[in-house]
Amino acid sequence: MNNPQLDADGRLRHLLSTEGLPKKILNQILDTAESFVGVAEREVKKVPLLRGKTVCNLFFENSTRTRTTFEIAAKRLSADVISLNVNTSSQSKGETILDTVDNLIAMHADMFVVRHSQSGAAHFIAKHVPEHIHVINAGDGRHSHPTQGLLDMFTIRKYKPDLHNLRVAIVGDVLHSRVARSEIHALTTLGVPEVRVIAPKTLLPAQVEKLGVQVFHDMKAGLKDVDVVMMLRLQNERMNGAMLPSVQEYFKTYGLTQEKLNLAKPDAIVLHPGPMNRGVEIDSSVADGKQSVILPQVTYGIAIRMAVMAMLAGGQISGNQS
Amino acid sequence: MKIHIKNGRVIDPNNNIDRQLDIFIGAGKIIALGSAPDGFTANQTIDASNLIVCPGLVDLSVRLREPGEEYKATLISELQAAVAGGVTSLACLPDTDPVLDEPGLVEMLKHRAKQLNLAHVYPLGALTRQLQGKILSEMGELREAGCVGFSQANIAITDTQVLWRAMEYAATFGFTLFLHAEEPFLAKDGVAHDGEVASRLGLKGIPSAAEALALASILRIAKETGAKVHISRLSTAEGVSMIREAKKQGLNISCDVSANHLHLTEHDIGFFDANCHLKPPLRSQRDKEALSAGLKDGTIDAICSDHTPVDDDAKLAPFAEAEIGATGLELLLTLTLKWAQQEKIDLLKAIALVSLASAKILGVPAGTLDLNSDADICIFDENKYWKISPTSLKSQGKNTPFNGLEMAGKVKFTLVHGQLVYQS
Repeated sequence: MNNPQLDADGRLRHLLSTEGLPKKILNQILDTAESFVGVAEREVKKVPLLRGKTVCNLFFENSTRTRTTFEIAAKRLSADVISLNVNTSSQSKGETILDTVDNLIAMHADMFVVRHSQSGAAHFIAKHVPEHIHVINAGDGRHSHPTQGLLDMFTIRKYKPDLHNLRVAIVGDVLHSRVARSEIHALTTLGVPEVRVIAPKTLLPAQVEKLGVQVFHDMKAGLKDVDVVMMLRLQNERMNGAMLPSVQEYFKTYGLTQEKLNLAKPDAIVLHPGPMNRGVEIDSSVADGKQSVILPQVTYGIAIRMAVMAMLAGGQISGNQS
Repeated sequence: MKIHIKNGRVIDPNNNIDRQLDIFIGAGKIIALGSAPDGFTANQTIDASNLIVCPGLVDLSVRLREPGEEYKATLISELQAAVAGGVTSLACLPDTDPVLDEPGLVEMLKHRAKQLNLAHVYPLGALTRQLQGKILSEMGELREAGCVGFSQANIAITDTQVLWRAMEYAATFGFTLFLHAEEPFLAKDGVAHDGEVASRLGLKGIPSAAEALALASILRIAKETGAKVHISRLSTAEGVSMIREAKKQGLNISCDVSANHLHLTEHDIGFFDANCHLKPPLRSQRDKEALSAGLKDGTIDAICSDHTPVDDDAKLAPFAEAEIGATGLELLLTLTLKWAQQEKIDLLKAIALVSLASAKILGVPAGTLDLNSDADICIFDENKYWKISPTSLKSQGKNTPFNGLEMAGKVKFTLVHGQLVYQS
């Protein structure tokens, strides 16, 4: 089975998942992003790497935040950007995903940024586009959200450069989380020796330990001596039902409070992919506290997305872009 | 029409024959084996040198898509596929549109199939009206119209009282129930085996327990009612153990496995290959091995193709949205041969699993080369390789996880009722 993300020469062709990408490529993306961090601080926040290219944000599932960061990233690379919310237009008229994609290809889109509620949607589109077109997965079902996983790695690396000496805990709804899967694969590939997941059994997928993680149900035990705490968002629709009895009980057992965070290492950092449910998975005092790196995550997210787009467009990126 | 099949290696499980033998056919029946009857002059001689001559295959689980879903497949396309695969008798499922729950529909289907003069079609009628699991269908009438058993296709009867009554009623008249064991609440929205691969790919899982739970209800009620039950398309190791135990207890039960599940596991889904979106889902390596062992020790009685033709567009979607199913009629023989070779099973036994055993389960006169039986015969070259591809398949359904593979075992001639209906 060929890795659909790499071309025959082993270069990045699509970014669909953090799984199956060699460590070298993950590091290359992180290093490239490093060179883009400064761009945002310049007076003219643009580099010409994608001039003349058309990036199409194809969102089959609503998202404001992710779509915006991809738009900003593409614009800072001087690309032309089209954003389509397909769930509100063609799909409701019965057009298939491939029809939508083919139409945009006919309009000479060079790159697709795809979000879809079904796992595997980005792979599906990547399989059907011609060779010169690149696909970036901006989230497919529960499967993958690789730029989020990568920006989390970038953030961790900024604060804890020695990844080979880290203990990381991922807390919350791993079962439904594409972010968790992307983080787990990126962490294990980059050589983080201990990755923990902390959740009730109802929010963990079958045989999760086969992803290379240690499973904890007791948050206090799971947070003990960790360097990094990665919180996951709990979707509203899971809050009351067969998965969890109530928000209150969830917050009590798995919500991140300062008291629980104190069990981690004193210099531990806290990440969250956003948008946060304050008082559900995370207490406001932690979200806004000094260990939180949640806002830097957002900033780095743009650099990561610029790096991925630039690499896919084939530009040899050398030196500091700012 | 008199046909002489000469120099073939005849394999007939019913008579325990595996040797070179000539077969003589007259008036649609096998009239002699070995030497020609007095005064026999063949109108047609088939040279079966270096070929295997066996009973036509009998498939326990086929979707013909007629009536109502002709854009997926038609009776003619699928019956041509059947004979191209050496299948001369098949049981078709009732989940058509409309559902096969009325005698008129069954008669029409039987009539049209007969006119085509290809494989024999034995419908499985709907066990409940509209397959809704509430009201029993007119089983007696359906039986008279030609149904050989009753099935819910993939739709479970959630109300155990209805299931109980259905079994009691069927048992009254000695009808066989063909049931797929999957507890619908646990399986809800599931698209893949609830294991390592589904977890990695973020696909909603169907736990093995869904099969075990459904099976526990079915077996318990079968024991209580004395109904004759056939479990279609078993998929888990636990299911195999449960059937083994039930048979030990003397329950009137049989079961089959699909050829897909003998060769594939959850890992074959790879990067979301929609051709592997099947029902039941492809399970773990351990399950696959248990199915194989169950087939070897007789716990599992037969192999079916689970032929489910799907139109190309319906597979062009992300995994969960892609329609369930794969084409199978033309792969049943080759996949069975491959399994037998891997497991070192002799051909006599392997062929029985796709002919004699299936015919017995359906209670139809097929699967043997008995003297005076209908001459439904498959003649194939076990060493001839062919490539599975949309162009090499006659079925209107072109989707299969085996696409692109070179497989051994090519059907050369198929006879139904003493007439040559396929030749390659």
